[in-house]
Amino acid sequence: MDTLYVLSQLVNGLKLGSVYAMVAIGYSIVYGILRLINFAHGDIMTVAVYTILSLVTIFGLPLWMSIGASVVMAVVVGLIAERTAYRPLRAAGEETTLVSSLAVSIFLQNLMMMIFSPQRKAFHLPENLTFLHNFNGIRLSTMNIITFIAVIVILVILTFVIKRTRVGMAMRACSDNMDASRLMGININHVVVIAFIIGSSLAALSGLMLAGEYKTIDPMMGFVPGLKAFCAAVLGGIGSLGGAVLGGFVLGVAEMLFAGLMPTEITPYRDAFVFVVLILVLMVRPNGILGSREGGRS
Amino acid sequence: MRLRDNHLFRLIIFVILPLIGLIVTSMNSGSYYSGLVHLFGINIILVASLNLVNGYSGMFSMGHAAFMAIGAYASAMLTLTADQKVFLMPALPDWLMHLTLPFPVTLLVAGVLASVTALLIGFPVLRFKGHYLSVATIGLIVIVRAVLDNEDQITNGARGVTGLPDYASTGIIFSVAILCLFVLYRLIHSSYGRGLIAMRDDWTAAQTLGVNLTTKKLSAFLISAFMAGMAGGLWGHMQSVISGKFFYIDTSFKIVETSIIGGMFSLSGAIVGSALMTFIPELLAPLETGITLFGVQLPELYGASNMILAAALILIIIFRRQGIMGYSEIITDSLFSRETYLSLFRPDQYSSLAKAIVTLPVRSWQSLKARWVGQKHKSL
Repeated sequence: MDTLYVLSQLVNGLKLGSVYAMVAIGYSIVYGILRLINFAHGDIMTVAVYTILSLVTIFGLPLWMSIGASVVMAVVVGLIAERTAYRPLRAAGEETTLVSSLAVSIFLQNLMMMIFSPQRKAFHLPENLTFLHNFNGIRLSTMNIITFIAVIVILVILTFVIKRTRVGMAMRACSDNMDASRLMGININHVVVIAFIIGSSLAALSGLMLAGEYKTIDPMMGFVPGLKAFCAAVLGGIGSLGGAVLGGFVLGVAEMLFAGLMPTEITPYRDAFVFVVLILVLMVRPNGILGSREGGRS
Repeated sequence: MRLRDNHLFRLIIFVILPLIGLIVTSMNSGSYYSGLVHLFGINIILVASLNLVNGYSGMFSMGHAAFMAIGAYASAMLTLTADQKVFLMPALPDWLMHLTLPFPVTLLVAGVLASVTALLIGFPVLRFKGHYLSVATIGLIVIVRAVLDNEDQITNGARGVTGLPDYASTGIIFSVAILCLFVLYRLIHSSYGRGLIAMRDDWTAAQTLGVNLTTKKLSAFLISAFMAGMAGGLWGHMQSVISGKFFYIDTSFKIVETSIIGGMFSLSGAIVGSALMTFIPELLAPLETGITLFGVQLPELYGASNMILAAALILIIIFRRQGIMGYSEIITDSLFSRETYLSLFRPDQYSSLAKAIVTLPVRSWQSLKARWVGQKHKSL
């Protein structure tokens, strides 16, 4: 086992981690305000990917245009889900909204199956995005580099929005105490809608990245990565954006190192490994690596 | 007197009619519909045991499929013949290879193994609150699935284990179901169950009153897992094929869905929910293969029944969060009360039943009118 191999596994981990981080930011934004584990987040990714695929293959739209359309589509689906399945339950307990979001997730999965059939479909990005750059034996596609940079840029922009703008202040207030924020004249519904817009558009982008990485798509593709991204968000400290990104990278790197360095008998356990890590982290550090003071997770 | 308060009426509706149904089913065993009824019985066990955890003790577990899987594989290991095991599970130790046990014992072992798993996972996980517990139990399913798919010397991997003997008869499934319901019913109506409910409603107050949260949580989780393990064993012997993919997140979520639709705070809710969620998907199944409706040929709508159920679930949790049965225990109350069975020998029950039936139209009209008029006043 040479250094190059370890290093390339590390880079693979960062690749995977940047996708996780992207999904985890979306999770975290919504979770921070509503305390809602939005299981449908992963399926919104799927919706966006299918939108891109059908626009490109059926209508022959250029990629950038269909990416824009997929973001709009994801936002629309996210907002419909919020309006119909989450808003009526805002006063209910966490478990109730969790179940509701799982129901939305199943609804979307089956809707996708109904429209696009359950079969896998090939998903190819254009040549110039999948071109592999070779850095001393470590291979990275243009897409990987874009993803990595995009995650950092989005993190910086969102942090700025949340820390410095009026909307961000309202979001932080709602996250702290929703009832008090309402009494202060903040329109909770606006804040939640904005959170869902941000979350869903990030889901659309991360769906694109995930599909570009897998090269095939199917109606169930979003669920497990969504779940893992949630683990990443918890790992980093859910509710904090930096935490989500850190958690995403830590989880991605850990998963790739596990898959690459462990003996081959146990590498198929990498999905299980993610959850074992989650349970261990929740036991030792219930608020995650960068968790806020707000407690009550265990 | 309301019809539903009449013990004789309850005896007929909740004991005699179902019994006739079961006898008919057991005479037609092997038919498609008897398979559905068997599934209904297994669902009762799964959902009722889940209600003990989710409804009565205020934790929200989603890991039932994992316990089912362990039960199913355990009972497969103990009922297959040595020849089959050499082929399917070559890495079993020698003593296990030649061990075959009678089916009821196998089910108990399946339950015990599921409980042991629950104990192992419960110690770290049950401390989590709210939806963190749910996510951790989903994690348990993923972990169990990974083990089942990858330990192919013991579980035959993703190909699964085939050829489980057809031991799950109507009689044994429903005996286990009634037994589980009875145990749960007695538990919930004992001081133990009241402790659980106190813990659900306000754990600080419950702790102050001397309820030991850790033992309570863990024991409820173990009992529930035990029953889920038995149900998994029954399921395996009903289907005769088991593999990891049958016990995954979607299976678990179906159980949670059933529990919420029926009403997770009630064992009767488990029965009603299981009935609905077993038979309604069968009614919706034609949608998935394309049917002609009002002269219009619908295309194949693959996934339609799951979509409709998911939408129904959302509607239920928005408009009737306590589920269809709410807190009512009418079915289990009548199944397990002596009054119900004694009513057969009490003439006054017959006369009051007759009276209730005769006056039924008048009373339902009155109550409808009262409700309608009452609402009118309310809206003013």
